[in-house]
Amino acid sequence: MTAHDHHSHSHDHDHDHDHGEASDLSETELRVRALQTILIEKGYADPAALDAIVETYETKIGPHIGARIVAKAWTDPDFRQSLLTDASKAAAPFGYKGDVGDNLVAVENTPDRHNVVVCTLCSCYPWDVLGLPPVWYKSFAYRSRVVREPRAVLGEFGLTLPDQTEIRVWDSTAEVRYMVLPARPAGTDGWTEDQLAALVTRDSMIGTGVANSPAGQGA
Amino acid sequence: MDLIDPVAARQALLANPGLPADSQGPVFCEPWEAQAFAMTLALHAKGLFAWGEWAAMLGETIKAAQAAGDPDTGDTYYRHWLATLERMVAEKALTTQSDLTAHRDAWERAAARTPHGQPIELRSTDFAA
Repeated sequence: MTAHDHHSHSHDHDHDHDHGEASDLSETELRVRALQTILIEKGYADPAALDAIVETYETKIGPHIGARIVAKAWTDPDFRQSLLTDASKAAAPFGYKGDVGDNLVAVENTPDRHNVVVCTLCSCYPWDVLGLPPVWYKSFAYRSRVVREPRAVLGEFGLTLPDQTEIRVWDSTAEVRYMVLPARPAGTDGWTEDQLAALVTRDSMIGTGVANSPAGQGA
Repeated sequence: MDLIDPVAARQALLANPGLPADSQGPVFCEPWEAQAFAMTLALHAKGLFAWGEWAAMLGETIKAAQAAGDPDTGDTYYRHWLATLERMVAEKALTTQSDLTAHRDAWERAAARTPHGQPIELRSTDFAA
């Protein structure tokens, strides 16, 4: 497993993901894209309007099993260890389809290190675990800036980290997809997994946020 | 053009009681399902069909699939939805089945020539003669 430290990560081209592998679209995705193209070409649908509708539901797409995985890791040290050792294997029982969490690697936030994941262009992004990425996350500006100046980008998301906390940027590839294991919020001693899962936001598992605190939940 | 209209989504939900939803509205297992739903909302907003007409056609699609042995466990709902959408656009003469197939094949070629990790974009050269 290798991490790109943001200081040494060169990004002189958009995305260096060419492992000799072509992109892959399922039969269904091909049909959906065909329809979209035709409707847009013929003026029956506006791409921005289609995006806006999907964006409305962005938090309603995917099984969202990531929060349950994180909550279990917070309460079960053995599971936490197996998640950090082999996230694909640890995540598999949470899915209702066999392919949930393929090639998944979990990276843990600690007081010394905060992790951020980039690249959501295609199957790189584990939407089966995290739900759909926010639209801003796919933008080139975000992807290139978070590599160059992660602290500033996180600041724009309202996340200010102590200077001594190292920020690591993980760039997904065809082989490896990342999720962040956020830190368990203080004041949650004795909470059940269900209670804890409610604190785990999508952004905390991408690394652009942290898990909600109990106070923020009004609990 | 059309902004997302929660009322439109609610109408879609009322007209399609089988639509997977939670208390706040539709939910989707995979991104393409939301895209198919979005296209349907957009065409409805354009006045291409009324929800009653859509629901009738979707019902026929599901019935035909069940007759052909589809267990209809719920995770096939949006497959039927997509098949209905394809049939609707052909029936309303927005496009033809062969045009749909040509675009599908073009996207397949586009995916095949696009290295993993780069955005897949359709070019005119993806439409083979």
